[in-house]
Amino acid sequence: MTSIRVTETPLVTYVLRRADDALVLGHRLSEWCGKAPMMEEEMALANMGLDLIGQARALYTYAGEAEAAGHDEDALAYRRDERAYRNLLLVEQPNGDFAVTMVRQLLYAAYADPYWRAMMSSRDATLAAIAAKAEKETAYHLRHSAEWVVRLGDGTPESHERTARALMTLWPYTGELFETDAVDDAMIEAGIAVDPASLRDTWRATVADVLGRATLTMPADGYMQKGGRSGRHSEHLGHLLTELQYMQRTIPGATW
Amino acid sequence: MYTQGLASGVDTNERQLEDAALLQRFQERIDAEERIEPNDWMPEAYRRTLVRQISQHAHSEIIGMQPEGNWITRAPSLRRKAALLAKVQDECGHGLYLYAAAETLGVAREEMVDQLLAGKAKYSSIFNYPTLTWADIGAIGWLVDGAAIMNQIPLCRCSYGPYARAMIRVCKEESFHQRQGYEIMLTLCRGTAEQKEMAQDALNRWWWPCLMMFGPPDSASQHTDTSTRWKIKRFTNDELRRKFVDATVPQAHFLGLTVPDPELRFDEATGHWVHGAIDWDEFKQVVAGNGPCNTQRLERRRRTEQDGAWVRAAARAFAEKEKSHRNAAAAA
Amino acid sequence: MTEPTRTEAAIPLWEVFIRARNGLAHKHVGSLHAPDATLALQAARDLYTRRGEGLSIWVVPSAAITASDPAEKGMMFEPTASKIYRHPTFYEIPDEVGHM
Repeated sequence: MTSIRVTETPLVTYVLRRADDALVLGHRLSEWCGKAPMMEEEMALANMGLDLIGQARALYTYAGEAEAAGHDEDALAYRRDERAYRNLLLVEQPNGDFAVTMVRQLLYAAYADPYWRAMMSSRDATLAAIAAKAEKETAYHLRHSAEWVVRLGDGTPESHERTARALMTLWPYTGELFETDAVDDAMIEAGIAVDPASLRDTWRATVADVLGRATLTMPADGYMQKGGRSGRHSEHLGHLLTELQYMQRTIPGATW
Repeated sequence: MYTQGLASGVDTNERQLEDAALLQRFQERIDAEERIEPNDWMPEAYRRTLVRQISQHAHSEIIGMQPEGNWITRAPSLRRKAALLAKVQDECGHGLYLYAAAETLGVAREEMVDQLLAGKAKYSSIFNYPTLTWADIGAIGWLVDGAAIMNQIPLCRCSYGPYARAMIRVCKEESFHQRQGYEIMLTLCRGTAEQKEMAQDALNRWWWPCLMMFGPPDSASQHTDTSTRWKIKRFTNDELRRKFVDATVPQAHFLGLTVPDPELRFDEATGHWVHGAIDWDEFKQVVAGNGPCNTQRLERRRRTEQDGAWVRAAARAFAEKEKSHRNAAAAA
Repeated sequence: MTEPTRTEAAIPLWEVFIRARNGLAHKHVGSLHAPDATLALQAARDLYTRRGEGLSIWVVPSAAITASDPAEKGMMFEPTASKIYRHPTFYEIPDEVGHM
């Protein structure tokens, strides 16, 4: 018993995409454990990681229910291969320095916060309930990462330089936040999903405000990287999954 | 949360320059179970003993994040991953509570951390052992946290108020840690043959270092007396060790595991378990810096401090700018 | 100072007060280090309210607290002990009068 094959209806795919976003980003934050720039910040990074892992668990459980093939949260998290993962490329990017991690968090949370808020009125009751919880958590992630980006941007010349570089590195992954395909269209049509196009202005305004306070310039939208939603990832995800899935792959079928 | 009966004692030869009357009044307060608070008069040796013990305790929490943190990214289920991350986060929190308690004695956290990074401060020897398999996470929760609880519960009544208060908070929060560990062991022991073997191997490696956590035998510990008189310490190393063995041996049996001590036997007369001889040489070596992971643990901590320096500098610079903006606005 | 590496300035200390629920006063729970008030508040949230301990947080720079001197405990607090007429039990009212 190694990898599983998921029967992806539009709903299953749609939910898995959100679950994978949350798990991969939560995992990335958990990699910070013991390495934060201040001990107080350890607490914050772990809290955000725990929020995201919690969101992932709820979403995987729901995806499993929607698929109705007996796959629980762990089957979906631990026994799908890299190509079956559906997360945004943004969230799988390596932690880098603290600036990269905080900019990544800001770019994601500035999107996820209005996303979950809108999803609270999804016609899908389970997703609406998950959204109600996730929205509060994400609002805090946005607050926390924004405060740090402001301090790093407007701190010392070195921190400004590092944060500007982080922004340039991560910007090409922001186009994917607003991408849609047939799965999204079906879900939007059904009143289950929110159209990401409707979040774009809010996202830009939030990011622009933070970058302004941080004395940073918003990069121009150049060529955008994409592919995460259909399983074409950067090289980084494979390594992350190798670590994440290590035990389940070593002793397959065991209870933990 | 881990304290250790390291030789964290008092310089017995120290000249007491303090007024004998003050000393006597201090001891009377202690004997009356009064709590000592930060600005109260206290003998210099009492202050020093506390700073040393509390900061060692805090260092142990912070260094203790590493062996367990080693498995967060490899935890075998999402439930385990969340629990482990929350537990390691608690340890950091407990380190912070403890540093804060020590700071009330007039020593800055930076100073204590510097001592640690310079290799001049001690922390619990147990964290210088490596976590090699997932079962080690179970064994640490069950045994190391179990040992820590034995140490910590009496500290909730420690004579120094801020330390006692920090310990109450810590003990309350830690009640899930040991259960978490035992549950991991139980799941492994009820699992596949491979899993059970992993659990036994973890017990084999962690058992003896856990017994050492309580510190040298009473016969060799010259510091217990003063600490006991000041009600910083309420049980001796051997008493705590015996409690631990009595509590954990039946738990090991329930798991169906063998305690790696051929001399272990139940003494009907005293109603206690009696264990074989502890390798105190190994303990001394590990405390002296020669354990399997001492270098790695300190190196990791130093690198973390260094890597974070630019972030702290940025935050300080920003705070300064904000302050001058505020002042300028107030002046205008 | 034991290590030459630490040339950086200390990060300020803050005292943290938490209101466990409405109807209760804020209570001192401990302290933490943070570069400024905003981060101090966030750190207090992450450090001291991980288990639903609070609904409101205050952070105060530790340096802003002025404390009474324990050595002056006698002068400060003992004179009040003799003013027993400030307590209701000082006054004798017959039981028949009922609760007062």
